[in-house]
Amino acid sequence: MSAGAVGRAHPRLEGPEKVTGTARYAVEYPLDDVTYGWAVPAAAVRGRITRIDPEPALAVPGVLAVLHHGNAPRLSPDVEAELYLLQEPAVHYRGQLVAVVVAESIEAAREGARHVRIEYDTEPHSTVLTADHPGLYRPEKVNPGYPTDTSEGDFDAAFAAAEVRVDATYRTPAYHNNPMEPHATTAQWRDGRLLVHDSNQGSTAVQAALAELFGIPRESVRVISEHVGGGFGSKGYPKAAVVLAALAARQVDRPVRLALTRQQLFGPIGYRTPTIQRVRLGSDADGRIAAICHDAISQTSTITEFAEQTAVYTRSMYAAPHRRTTHRLARLDVPTPFWMRAPGECPGAYALESAMDELASACGIDPIELRVRNEPTVDPDQGHPFSSRNLVACLVKGARRFGWGDRDPRPGSRREGRWLIGTGVAGSSYPARARASAATATALPDGGYLVRINATDIGTGARTALWQVAADALDVPPERVTIRIGDSDLPPAGVAGGSMGTASWSWAVTRACQELRDRLGHHSGSLPPEGLTVAASTADEVRAQRPMARYAYGAQFAEVRVDADTGEVRVSRMVGVFAVGRVVNPTTARSQLIGGMTMGISMALHEEGLLDERYGDWVNHDLATYHITGCADVEQIEAEWVDEEDADLNPTGVKGLGEIGIVGTAAAIANAVRHATGVRVRDLPIRLDKLAGSSPFA
Amino acid sequence: MREFRYRRPTDVDEAVALLGADPEAAYLAGGTNLVDLMKLGVQRPDLLVDVTRLPLGGIEPLPGGGLRVGATVRNSELAAHPLVRRDYPVLARALLAAASGQVRNMATTAGNLLQRTRCFYFQDTGKACNKRDPGSGCAARHGQNRELAILDWSEECVATHPSDLAVALAALDAVVEVAEPDGTRDVPFVELHRSPGEHPERETTLPRGALITAVRIPPLPAARRSAYLKVRDRASFAFAVGAVAAVLDLDGDMVRDVRLAYGAVAHRPWRAFRAETELRGRQFTPELAGQAADAELAAARPLRHNGFKVPLIRAITVRALTELAEAQA
Repeated sequence: MSAGAVGRAHPRLEGPEKVTGTARYAVEYPLDDVTYGWAVPAAAVRGRITRIDPEPALAVPGVLAVLHHGNAPRLSPDVEAELYLLQEPAVHYRGQLVAVVVAESIEAAREGARHVRIEYDTEPHSTVLTADHPGLYRPEKVNPGYPTDTSEGDFDAAFAAAEVRVDATYRTPAYHNNPMEPHATTAQWRDGRLLVHDSNQGSTAVQAALAELFGIPRESVRVISEHVGGGFGSKGYPKAAVVLAALAARQVDRPVRLALTRQQLFGPIGYRTPTIQRVRLGSDADGRIAAICHDAISQTSTITEFAEQTAVYTRSMYAAPHRRTTHRLARLDVPTPFWMRAPGECPGAYALESAMDELASACGIDPIELRVRNEPTVDPDQGHPFSSRNLVACLVKGARRFGWGDRDPRPGSRREGRWLIGTGVAGSSYPARARASAATATALPDGGYLVRINATDIGTGARTALWQVAADALDVPPERVTIRIGDSDLPPAGVAGGSMGTASWSWAVTRACQELRDRLGHHSGSLPPEGLTVAASTADEVRAQRPMARYAYGAQFAEVRVDADTGEVRVSRMVGVFAVGRVVNPTTARSQLIGGMTMGISMALHEEGLLDERYGDWVNHDLATYHITGCADVEQIEAEWVDEEDADLNPTGVKGLGEIGIVGTAAAIANAVRHATGVRVRDLPIRLDKLAGSSPFA
Repeated sequence: MREFRYRRPTDVDEAVALLGADPEAAYLAGGTNLVDLMKLGVQRPDLLVDVTRLPLGGIEPLPGGGLRVGATVRNSELAAHPLVRRDYPVLARALLAAASGQVRNMATTAGNLLQRTRCFYFQDTGKACNKRDPGSGCAARHGQNRELAILDWSEECVATHPSDLAVALAALDAVVEVAEPDGTRDVPFVELHRSPGEHPERETTLPRGALITAVRIPPLPAARRSAYLKVRDRASFAFAVGAVAAVLDLDGDMVRDVRLAYGAVAHRPWRAFRAETELRGRQFTPELAGQAADAELAAARPLRHNGFKVPLIRAITVRALTELAEAQA
């Protein structure tokens, strides 16, 4: 491949548009005759609406309509319970979006929403997850289709017989995705056809859901998602905003713009479930693990089942002959949890990688050495070979880069002035998957090429990466290639989620470009004015992949300092080293990785949804009160990768790196805080008041 | 949001008259708090009287020492002023510890002092709050109250005053100049804010329509050695979970004068007079500083989630005073 675009750093193609404000997001397209929708949240937790009085809202100047279950257009009930909106009087959680006000201005819509009178019959509710919740049950499977429980060997006997045992329970709170751009849609109906500009992570799925909900052919729905301001999983499937906007636009027969408020992102769009996780590790005195058990509890809603795969991480991470994992769920009167960056792996790794650190301390072994000693040769869960496994390489390279070697392992052994200093490490893994996708490639008479695929760039740099991949597959300079993504009229493609976007899409792009080259090789004469187009789908190839353990790996290192008087924790330094297959664009790859690590700092130290059980919702539902790590909290952060060639993935050899950065980060920080202070915090976030038992406040 | 009218008067009398004529009017300065609250439906004025074009800018040295700070001086301008940095470092540090650069560029001196509590329940019209809706109850009293008061709260309200600037001004014995419909008067800073009592909806002692026109900071040579320590959950752009403003004047190792004020502990910026009394005229030691804090905090009544604030405030009192003492040694 003479062009060699893959592997070269390149700024985002749409960067200038984004920084100059000309890139259009979902509710920014200029439109004549547009109206504004404002969603109304339920003020009851559990019960049903007995009466809605829209009149005071309709009396607000500019208000055109109030949609609710009594008058909204009908939807198909068979698509997804979450999307069956404004159809029934049932209220499943506080904040459920139960009405929409449509008005000539956004201000009038907002004011109207305040005046919709809703009466409820309420029932007692349960919104707090506890380890002994009476409603705990065993789901039939966990996301996205894993067995609920696994068991191999005899854990109980092996654990009882182990020389060294760790038995600890870890808790994580509700975390809220909070992309910068909220879930937002502009919807228009024209002659029975629906056009939406929508903020999502995969408009092929949005198109399909809308078509089914409204009972119209898929071809009658077009979803454009040219630029998306983040999602972190919460836009991985159609959500309320797009359905409400489409309903409202049909009702008023005019275009409707509807964006959820920041407060409405705390609930209706999903969130990372709180977890309660018991981890048990039994080893010999040298740290060789004989028994691993991970029991995870999380919550779901009464609307639909969402079973976070919290303990799945533990099934494949470290070797041990006797192993068991379980998942239990409580169905609470809460919004349905949903995907948030590395669902399952992220909270699960916090628990397991913390427990590994506890085991290292108990055995008196360096935590890196402990992980090396428990490195499996095949996937301990399925027995499949690894397509490549470079956890140890990441640990070794990271240790050198970080300066781990001269670490005094004793807790509280480093103090500089008022600061207690500590360092910590954690491993990470995340599955390397791909989904079937389709693409077309066109050779144009002017010597240019057009590549089309309905990929979504949620800020990751996907557009740029595919452009580089296409150039290499066509063996032309990238300047001759135009890439089109973000429109459901393009060939259908998988979601920008599960760290499988680039793997899935680059596969289809490569095949389309390769076939085009073949066709051009046999083509003689000039090209027709519309060019020469070939289409490719990877459905058969993806299905034919042989069973194998395919994972990205990583090692995160953190140095923290803890104020000895106040307990304030600051992360002075982070180094992450990752094995993610081939890196297409080092600029955007690094950004993804340090973005994941930063979100991990946020998870470890700052974020927490505070639920008030009397009201049944989170009281800190804005960015002033729900703290997300800011720039001042990220002092030095570095992400690197090891060279990794893996022929068992996809033509480009990528593993995906959107999620691996966050996976072990919180554990690395918790481990560093333990090293600094001697205090092991087993419930995130690590707030200053949780360190009050160490030397702080002495 | 509610439709509102907007006026931008150019003299103080006109502004005060506009407010006086309309019981639902509100002054608008930087807008960094009021506009948020309007969007949330917490405040619903029908008229905004924009005071930023009034002749209330400027920072002037006073003839006998001290500074007069105009009400509309932006927080960033005040923090950067050379005399503030030299004579009142506690003030500059409090300002710079607050909010973000963008907010400080907008927020004004007077607006900062009159900002509303950030209690979760106050800011959510779906929840009970006596401050927002008198008589509706205090959801925070038995709710999520980690950030809220340990001193001087009432069953009706456990909110804290969120300002950092106000804590420094309380320590400095500032005076607030106020224009009212029937004239002007001076209000000692420590008398500006109220305890919540049975009427948490009344946050200051100012009558309706009063307009703060300036803040005078008296001369206090000892304030050249002053400190502001703010403890927060992230490194920037977070309200304090505990803060202390301190001025310490030593004669040898004897405490000649001391000023202490606490933030994030009460409904108003908390001047720690009791602690000052313990310290004044005695030989300074870190132990004495701890005893002084204990004396002040003896009246503390922590809520369910904020018991940690008592030892925290004690710890930062000791640190702030000890560091000031060491700098004078």
